[in-house]
Amino acid sequence: MHDRPDPCEILTAAAAFLRRELIPALPPELSFKTRILANALDLVARQTAADGAAADGTHARLAGLLGREGSEEELAADLARRIEEGAIALTDPALIDHLWTTTLAKLAVDQPNYASYRAETGAAGLQE
Amino acid sequence: MNDEPTDLLAKGDPRLLLLPLARAAVPGCTAVHNARRLTGGANQETWALDAETEAGAVPLILRRARGGTLQRSTGIGLDAEALVIRTAYGNGVPAPEVLHVLSAGDGLGKGFVMRRMAGETIPRKILQGDAFSAIRPRLAGDCGKALAAIHAVPTDGLDRLERFTPLSRVEWLHAHYRATEQVSPVFAYAFAWLRAHAPDAPEKPALVHGDFRNGNLMIAPDGISAVLDWENAHLGDPAEDLGWFCVPSWRFGNLDKPAGGFGTREDLLAGYGAAGGCIPSPDRLRFWEAYGSLYWGVVCARSVDEFRGGADPSVERAMIARRASETELDLLRLIAPRR
Repeated sequence: MHDRPDPCEILTAAAAFLRRELIPALPPELSFKTRILANALDLVARQTAADGAAADGTHARLAGLLGREGSEEELAADLARRIEEGAIALTDPALIDHLWTTTLAKLAVDQPNYASYRAETGAAGLQE
Repeated sequence: MNDEPTDLLAKGDPRLLLLPLARAAVPGCTAVHNARRLTGGANQETWALDAETEAGAVPLILRRARGGTLQRSTGIGLDAEALVIRTAYGNGVPAPEVLHVLSAGDGLGKGFVMRRMAGETIPRKILQGDAFSAIRPRLAGDCGKALAAIHAVPTDGLDRLERFTPLSRVEWLHAHYRATEQVSPVFAYAFAWLRAHAPDAPEKPALVHGDFRNGNLMIAPDGISAVLDWENAHLGDPAEDLGWFCVPSWRFGNLDKPAGGFGTREDLLAGYGAAGGCIPSPDRLRFWEAYGSLYWGVVCARSVDEFRGGADPSVERAMIARRASETELDLLRLIAPRR
């Protein structure tokens, strides 16, 4: 158990420093790269928060779809293999539901501002 | 890169090193000014330079393999790219004019020199800049027209380009996917879907640009001045270019404007048909749009290997890798919509 502030709070402060103080003082190419760095810190903060929250159910859904146990990574690889081999129908509602749920959870961490994600979730998002 | 003894341009004075090239490209050139490496080309080096002549400066671009000879495995190589651009230019396609192809005697590796066109390639500026407000409403139609011109280029002299059917293109991409060691059930779903929905190959394969999208188009206030980045050119189904152009990743937030973020599919196809292009069926377009999202997804996924393997350990490369999920969502929206 570490003292506060937690990693998300520290990363958020670091990203805010980059955007408010450092980036305006940098020449264009470094400013571009530093904006990417700030976005990366935001991503890590979102993933840290998501990992700290309760399990998102991906592992249990995979085990249910495949009818077997294993690590999440093993099961995802097995699912990919079975889809390509045609062992699971592309129209299987449980499969489609799983792919959607998993993908939306990934986008919530990777790029919550992506237009297609905003369109699917109805989120207002931020304009860059 | 050990096969390249010295990369002169990385070390010497580019104004002197580029002078013989500039002379070969522009007769009467007396000096080189403003030589600078441009950012933006991930696979190859791009240099801008001005060839001074008595009649004034001639703006040039040098494209060369990064570090002289390193060439990406997926690209067609700079010699072939120069040939394709020359052929396209000679057949009325808006493309840069190639003025000199590097030979061993130039001592700078593989590459070519072309005329530098005026205009803008940055998508956000094209989508929002006041300079382009007059051209924007007809830009999708102009893109259709440019694509029709590319697809009408005679392919007789282009035998060295690889030839694909829709299905063999999917298998080509699958090999690249397998090489990434990334696991994606959504990509697996997309490969299965593409195999099940691959349309017939067209009777005669056409020249396909392979990367015709907002970002690779030089746009001037009065229209398209040049189609750039021909390194993915091949022979195949011309509908591939139309589908790729409409992939959500290249709409830059304007989801309701599939044509580059600035126009509708109908505008694009109207311009394409009016210029002699054979308008593909909606199913064929959807196949190539799905292929396009998957292709971009595989490119993003491949970035993981480049990042971890040390080929490009930058934060930018890491963040591109984390954009694969964007294409997963676009694939689901297109081929596995929620009920």
